[in-house]
Order: sequence, then C-alpha cells, then structure tokens
Amino acid sequence: MKISGWGRYPVIDSEIYEYRTDKQPFDSIDGGKPLIAFGNGRSYGDSALSEKVLRMRPANRMLKFDEISGTLTCEAGVLLSEILETFLPRGWFLKITPGTKKVTVGGAIASDVHGKNHHLDGAFSESVEKLQLMLPNGTVKTCSRTENSELFHATCGGMGLTGIILEATINLKKVESNTITQHTIKTASLPETFQVFEEYHDMPYSVAWVDCAASGDSLGRSLLNIGRFKKDGNFGYKAAYKLNIPVQFPGFVLNNGSIKAFNQIYYNKTRKKAKPRDVSVDSFFYPLDSIQNWNRLYGGKGPLQYQFVLPKKASLDGIMQILQFLQKNELYSALGVLKLFGKENPNLLSFPMEGYTLALDFKITSTLLTVLDELDQIVSELGGRIYLAKDCRMSQEIFEIGYPEAEQFRTIRKKYGMDSVFHSLQSKRLNL
Amino acid sequence: MSNQWLLILGANSDIAVETAHQFAKNNWNLLLASRNLSNLNKVASDIQIKHQVRVKTFGFDATDFAKHESFYKKLPHKPDGVLLAFGYLGDQEIAQKDFRETRKIMEANYNGAVRISEIIANDFSQRNAGFIAGVSSVAGERGRQMNYIYGSAKAGFTAYLSGLRQRLFKNNVHVMTIKPGFVQTKMTIDRDLPDLLTASPQKVGKAIYRGVIKRKNVIYVYPIWRLIMLIIRFIPEPVFKRLKL
Repeated sequence: MKISGWGRYPVIDSEIYEYRTDKQPFDSIDGGKPLIAFGNGRSYGDSALSEKVLRMRPANRMLKFDEISGTLTCEAGVLLSEILETFLPRGWFLKITPGTKKVTVGGAIASDVHGKNHHLDGAFSESVEKLQLMLPNGTVKTCSRTENSELFHATCGGMGLTGIILEATINLKKVESNTITQHTIKTASLPETFQVFEEYHDMPYSVAWVDCAASGDSLGRSLLNIGRFKKDGNFGYKAAYKLNIPVQFPGFVLNNGSIKAFNQIYYNKTRKKAKPRDVSVDSFFYPLDSIQNWNRLYGGKGPLQYQFVLPKKASLDGIMQILQFLQKNELYSALGVLKLFGKENPNLLSFPMEGYTLALDFKITSTLLTVLDELDQIVSELGGRIYLAKDCRMSQEIFEIGYPEAEQFRTIRKKYGMDSVFHSLQSKRLNL
Repeated sequence: MSNQWLLILGANSDIAVETAHQFAKNNWNLLLASRNLSNLNKVASDIQIKHQVRVKTFGFDATDFAKHESFYKKLPHKPDGVLLAFGYLGDQEIAQKDFRETRKIMEANYNGAVRISEIIANDFSQRNAGFIAGVSSVAGERGRQMNYIYGSAKAGFTAYLSGLRQRLFKNNVHVMTIKPGFVQTKMTIDRDLPDLLTASPQKVGKAIYRGVIKRKNVIYVYPIWRLIMLIIRFIPEPVFKRLKL
C-alpha cells in the first residue's frame, strides 16, 4: 500500500501490519525487512515511512486512570484528541500538547513533541511517567527515568528507532475551565517580538506568528498569542465545526503573491491594542485541526515543513539573517511560527534546546530543495538543529552537528540490535 | 437508566466493542464475555474510563455447550438485554476438505448461538422483559459457493431468531436480527471490500443501539443491502447456479 507522511512527500509502497492483537507487533518485527511504527501519519516527512510499517491506531484503548493524580495508562495508538474528549469535561488537560491533537501518544513520545508552554514545562516526555517498549527480540521492557533509563531517554525523541512503544503512562494536569484567555500582541519588528516573549515569560502559553514577507525595519514583525486557562470552572468540551478540504487545490493557488497578500492582511487585521478574549481550547491550541486535510491546500505535494531551533544567544541575529536569506531567495511561508523554548532535556534526540524555534512551511518547487540545503548550512553554523518530525531531506552531516548525542544513540541501537530491525527512510538517510 | 445491564457474548469482536461503547455512552452497564480475557479486560477498562459505567468481564466459549447453563446462572447481574456477537467466518476451501473446519463454523455460528439463546430466552420470558439482538449475516440469505458453509449456519441462525421473535413477542421480549453487510473488521481485513457498501464497526454499533431502542426486527446497516439481497434472492435458481458470485 502507498503511504506518506502529512507533507505527502515522499510517497512509498509499504507492507502494512496492524496492531490489533498482542501477537501482531511481535509478528511484524519478524522477517528481516526494516520496520517502523506508524501512528496517525502526522509527522510531515519520512520518519514513519519504511518498507514495513506497523499501524498503531487500532491499539487505542485506555487502560487505567487515577482520578486523584490524573495519571493515565493507555495503548500507544490513543489519539491526544481522544484523551481530550474523555478528560477535559472532567477537568483534566494534557500537560504538553503540540499544535495538533490528531497525533497518537506513541508518536508524541517518539517525536518528543513540544507546545506553547515549552519555555516553562518542557517537551511531551515531561508528562511521560513510563512506557512499555518492545525490543527487537520481542521482549517488552518498562522504561522510565529510574527503570531502564537509558532506553527511556533514547526512546523519548527517538523517532521510533528503539522499538515499538506499546503503552505509556502519562500525567494529565488539572485545569479550571476549557477556555483560554488569549491576548494578542502586535509587534513591529523582530527585536520587539523577542522582547515581548521575554516580558511574558511567566505566562503559561505563548507563540508568535511571524509575517515572513515583511522586510526592512518591519522584518520579523509578529502577532504574539499569549494565553492561560480561565478559572471560571466552566467545562463541557465541544468539538468544533470541521471544515474539510475535500480535494487537492491546484498548485498555483498558493504562490508568492497570494502568500504575501495573506501575510499582509493577517498582520493588519489585528489592532495594535487588541483586547484579551476568551477562546476555546480547540481554537487556541489546534487551529488547523478545524480544517480537515488542510495539507491539500498545497496542491499535489507538500506542505514541506521546515523547523529549526537556534541557541538563545544566536537567536535574534540568526533569525533576522534567515528571514533575509529567505526573502532574497523569494521563499515565503504562510505560517511562520516562532516560539521560545526552555531548557533542553536529557533525551538523546529530542529537538528542543534553549532558544528560539521557527517553523516554516513551503510549497514544494524545483528550487526549494537547493535553497533549503543552504539554509541548513546557516542553521548549522549558528549552532542550531532541525526538527526530525518535520524533516524529509536533511543530510547526515547537518544532522551530526545539530544532534551531538547521535553517536550514543547509535551505540544503544547496536547494543540491542535495534539497527537490524527498526528503520525509517529517515534513519537510513541519517545513517542511524 | 444506569441500573441496566447489557450482556455481550463474543465481546472482543469489532462490532461488539463498538456496540458496547454506544450502550455505555448511554449509561448502560456491561457484562462482557469472550474467550480471550486478556484483550477483553483492555476493552473493559477503556469503556470504564471513557464512559464511567460498570463493566465486568467473563470467560465464555460459544462452543463449550456444557458450560453455558452455569455461565448464565453465575452472572452477578441478570442482564436486561443481550447481544450475540460471536461468530466464526472460517475458510470455505478448508471446510470443503476438512470436516473439523466445517464443524467449527457450524458450532460457533449456529449450535452455540442457539444453545445460549435458549437459556437466555427462558429467563427473559419468565421475567417478561429484555431484548436479544443477534449478529447474523447477509451471507445467510442465499447460499453461494464462496461461503455457503458459513452462510448456511448464519441462515439457520437467522431463521432461529425469526422463530424466537414470534415466540417471545407475547412475553414482551424483543428479538432483533442484525445483518451488517460488509464491515471493516479484523475478520475482513485482508479482503478488498467496496467502500460504498462497507460500514465501519462504529456505524454498525450505532445502528444496533438505535435498532434496539426503536425495537426494530431486522436491521441492515446500510439500507442498500436490503435491496441487494432482495435482488439476489429473486434470481431464479437455473440462472443463479451459473453465476460466479
């Protein structure tokens, strides 16, 4: 069967296994061909693509919940959206959530995803107490910070390359409503954007949309969204109305002209002194989830997502330099998302490091890949790294510089024989 | 509402699991029975966590007839309704050569279903309440070469449910026959099924819940199946026997 990631590039023919019974993960690791676990297909690139994939979604049962501590044990194929539907009405929310709730728990662990509260609360693995990992020989190990900690830190952020995550125990957090009070702050330049991030450092959630088309003095002007849960005790989570993109848009709909115009309008529609307003969890955390198949807006292929992080010291100048570089090459992103990360965690391949991260999405064009190779160099020279969950093209050289613990990760892979069973197109490209 | 108990036999099947969720969502407590308890316990905790109802699990083998009586007697709550969801598709080609396979198909789909249903029917008719919903199959409407052993067992089960419905009507016990048509389940995962005719287990679960509440007699999940089967039943035998379907 043909499969691809959320960026719909590349597409490969793959043998599909489904995790429906306890025996199936075991069967799937048998037989030599490289295997990787496949969650809900929301990683953009080729990290969940392999000759053989084990579809994890059928394993979507919740196994244990402690009403007092908010600790949930569930199978790895449970979607974050299923957790929200079940628990938000009861006053529990995810400690860490990425910008889509359509990912599985296993996928969130494997990519060690981050959200708008990373600067205070860290990446998804911070909410993981322990997990059950199936190793290449079929044995299942419980991994936590205290038990098999080496495997735990390799598995969180390990892109599925250490085995099959079967179950996980995660901590939810108590919230006092299902509404977010959101402030939008409009900034006129990148330095001002950075200043506002620092100023609001204590607010739990923050993220900025950057107008990637603005240049000169306005370079890096942004709309910052700052939010916190309202304390009115009002629950009753309702899934929002869904818009669907039923067909692929023709590739020309999103072009430099329309993207620039969109950026302009989007920036200008917000008034300088906007009043705080109350928005739903869906609209604050998961704006794109309300448009099903939004990736089809990008025509036949794409979007190609590119997300990097720079060390804090290099961030301001670095991001200015990168925005200018993109404009010089006439590459414009409709959704430039900027975010301040907090401290790095000890997981070997986790993406976040203390500094600023910028996520961009591009339409795939003939020149894009060459320009991105140059961009890789710039990121690398600035001491940054590129997010594996969104990557389908980075070279091994760039990867090694960005992820200094790659070698240790390889050693663990070898030690357990993981490198002879678990592979994705990405791991082969990066020689992991 | 929250004191009602639904017994599901063959509760690990995809259709059973989805039906269980539908009833639990509507505040029914559940008695889940199946052979594979390790999987069933996961199904049970999932339902318990999501819907906050009471769920209990039991071992049950449809073909272990000797144990049916005591199984039913030992249930901690008398059910207010029963879903018979177990079944065995088997392999037609193997069954043609090996009677053990044939017998397995017949016993799981017919003998076992009749045996346990009679026990339940006697209880329900005495209590003058309850419903029995049985998952049969469109394959039981006319025998076809590709699956006539399974089909004939289901045909027997359909006829059985029809008779039981008449018998229990005067006792205020409702009997419903479910003919799901194609369903995407682990039983059919390897088959290439036409999308427009194939229901998801969720759809079937919802249809079963609605059917029980509305006291329907025979339900097809997609109405088109009623028409398809009508046509198939009306093809004259001299023509039918020459067909490949």
